[in-house]
Amino acid sequence: MPKQPEMEHSDAESTRGQSASDAQFLAFVLGSEEYAVDILRVQEIRSWEPVSRIPNVNAYEKGVVNLRGAIVPIIDLRERFNLGLSEYTPVTVVVVLHTRDDSGKQRIMGVVVDAVSDVVDVDTSTVQMTPDFGARVSTEYLNGIVSVGERMVMLLDVDKLLKLDGGNDAREI
Amino acid sequence: MTIDMAQFHQVFFEESFEGLDAMESGLLNLDMGDVDEEAINTIFRAAHSIKGGSGTFGFTSVAEFTHVMETLLDEMRDGRRQITQGAIEILLGSVDCLREMLMAIQSGQEIDTVRVAGHKKALDTELDGQGNTTSTLANDSADQCLGESATVIMPATAVQGWRIAFSPHAHLLKTGNDPVRMFRELAELGELSVRVDFQGVPDFHQLDPEECHLSWDLQIIGDISREQIDDVFDWVEEDCDLAVQALTVQQPVTQPSGDVVKDRPEPVAESPEPTEVAPLKAELPAPSRKQHKPVAKNVPARPAGSSSIRVDTEKIDNLINMVGELVITQSMLSLVGEHFSINRLDQLKSGLAQLERHTRELQESVMNIRMLPINFVFTRFPRLVHDLSAKMGKKITLEMTGEQTEVDKTVIELISDPLVHLVRNSLDHGIEMPEQRLAAGKPETGKITLNAYHRGGNIVIEVCDDGRGLDKQKLQAKAIEKGLIEDNMPITEQQIFELIFMPGFSTAEQLSDISGRGVGMDVVRKNIQTLGGNIEIKSEQGQGSVFAIHLPLTLAILDGQSIAVGDETYIVPLVSIIESINVPEDMVNRVAGKGETFRLREEYLPIIRMHEIFSVENVRATKLSEGLVVVVEGQGVRCGLFIDDLLSQQQVVIKSLEANFRRVEGVSGATILGDGSVALILDIPGLVRLSNQQAAKAQQYYAETA
Repeated sequence: MPKQPEMEHSDAESTRGQSASDAQFLAFVLGSEEYAVDILRVQEIRSWEPVSRIPNVNAYEKGVVNLRGAIVPIIDLRERFNLGLSEYTPVTVVVVLHTRDDSGKQRIMGVVVDAVSDVVDVDTSTVQMTPDFGARVSTEYLNGIVSVGERMVMLLDVDKLLKLDGGNDAREI
Repeated sequence: MTIDMAQFHQVFFEESFEGLDAMESGLLNLDMGDVDEEAINTIFRAAHSIKGGSGTFGFTSVAEFTHVMETLLDEMRDGRRQITQGAIEILLGSVDCLREMLMAIQSGQEIDTVRVAGHKKALDTELDGQGNTTSTLANDSADQCLGESATVIMPATAVQGWRIAFSPHAHLLKTGNDPVRMFRELAELGELSVRVDFQGVPDFHQLDPEECHLSWDLQIIGDISREQIDDVFDWVEEDCDLAVQALTVQQPVTQPSGDVVKDRPEPVAESPEPTEVAPLKAELPAPSRKQHKPVAKNVPARPAGSSSIRVDTEKIDNLINMVGELVITQSMLSLVGEHFSINRLDQLKSGLAQLERHTRELQESVMNIRMLPINFVFTRFPRLVHDLSAKMGKKITLEMTGEQTEVDKTVIELISDPLVHLVRNSLDHGIEMPEQRLAAGKPETGKITLNAYHRGGNIVIEVCDDGRGLDKQKLQAKAIEKGLIEDNMPITEQQIFELIFMPGFSTAEQLSDISGRGVGMDVVRKNIQTLGGNIEIKSEQGQGSVFAIHLPLTLAILDGQSIAVGDETYIVPLVSIIESINVPEDMVNRVAGKGETFRLREEYLPIIRMHEIFSVENVRATKLSEGLVVVVEGQGVRCGLFIDDLLSQQQVVIKSLEANFRRVEGVSGATILGDGSVALILDIPGLVRLSNQQAAKAQQYYAETA
């Protein structure tokens, strides 16, 4: 990780985003791949708890939970990206994200991931465009790829994630 | 520094609209013969505060317009003017006009100046009509003086206006003074025309935007004292060259006398040079901008304004008390918890009981905040009845009772359209013409009654009229003609009345004397049903009709029955449950490919197996005899839901599933159960649709495989 610039950025970031070429992302693991989301979109990280199933929706939409009075849908990212089925244990992690749809309306949703790895500082100028192959996730939902040390991390577009959950895909009834 | 006035606009608009409503109802209640002074005072006060507010915010055209109204009202208040029906009509028209102006400003649209001018002219004419009382007509004296009677009205010495040469020093703006605001103040005093001299402005590259290089030549017409002018310039005396000169009658400063009223310029709009405003643009709200905007007329303006609610302070105080109690209980409980031993168990228990009570009370009072008196809807009706009855030549009085009955804000917003429709119907088709009424032996004046009251957990709103009532024979004949019912089918009175809710029942053809009774009635009923309510009709031919709307008090809480299907729990709205029965297998008929039906008394009802339709696993009951069938009804559709078991009845708080997710067919919302888990609330009509879709699919599947 780039140690040197970190100090300067920490206070630049608090004033204005654009001037700092550096942003923080929360990295997590799905199968053998590593993904990350903008940390400012993360509301909290919770452990898995049983959901209430919603009838007749896509299988990756696991159901809804009560998050302090709000009804929040839980999406299984592994299933969503066809990375196989997850096994839910008490250590399974749910990342609660803020998303915004086209009209600017804010929504909250939880995504089930295998494990959260760490928070990475990313120099936004080093983000590479996603090549059209490699990742199992359709590149449509990716903002780019960065390398963090030896690892390759794919940056997920949180708002697109909402859209793919938005429903007009084939439904199995 | 300019304070950002825009933050107060919303409040101003709200207050103004409230003021307009007050004026309107005040005007409608004015009794021609015996004028209640307090009533006029109320109207006057409302007009006055709108004028003041709009002046402050720089909505000059509104302030001006209101001023004329105010002048007229002032005379009425002082008893110098007879209150005539004509004057009231004009004032009512002006209230409408004012409301439109405010709405236009609120949504950032162009004010319809032609219309405004029309109303203003009417007002001015009304004022002129009794010209001999003019000594009090402060600002409008200018107009009149220019007319023929000028010399009679004006004392020879009176000052007609002022000519002000105002050239501020370059640093004026830095002292925090704003010429535009001063001009605005002047415009409130009288009719202001502004001419700017921008010769002093240096070349662009030398221009310091913080310096003022303009000077102005102002003319203000009206009965204004020198002190008033000096007041305006009080703060800048040191920083400018000021020359004030009185204008007298003879001075040919204004237009020829003929078209004074019509051509009367709006002070701000008149100032011909945008240059004057340009450097200060940021500080000038709506009125200056409107000059440059293209005219967008007749665009239905629905301001996007955020929805807000006015709450009685008493309710808030109550809430604060309650929260205080809650905090005390909490600290008491934590004290018990800190040094807990088993002999303090009683203390803990009583603390918990207290906590429960406070929580419930708190919930009730929070819900109470959303409750508004139904009056918010009712207030519009006097005007509606007044206008429509005049238009149709009918004599109608409107009575309203139970205006203070409280109901949830959402319900109020959604009920007003259906209610307007019902009242219109009663006016239009219920009440007869005066001659017909006399001939029928009824009093000439018809009566419409709006009545609201609580009954159980519902609010009931009744619209009654003493008109001709519904004609059962005609309705029945029409239904037979349209093939909706069989010729000799026995049909109850209620069923006949129900006919008017059929879509397009009487729209297709003109039904002589009951035409329109069905127009849009289907929409009315649909709207009411979306609110979880229903509508009942009682009618006696020749005596009148009653339309009674039953609505739940709130949309946020619902009485629910929780049901078990497999391991899952769902909520069925209690209102939609008719009964729960155990259906033996032999009562069930299988309709080919269409699923199961069973016979309940005279009716065949389809059975919807919840575990199939929602694909629930681990079901306990797969045979009908093992579970229960809950007979439910929603929007006129009845069916039986096959479930494992009934659980408890409870009040549930409705949460939206769509807020974070999306609509799901068969589900109307979600709620949180006592154990913190989420349960879905079933939507009966949605379930029926869903089951039909699945049946159709299954049929298709069989057809293909066969």
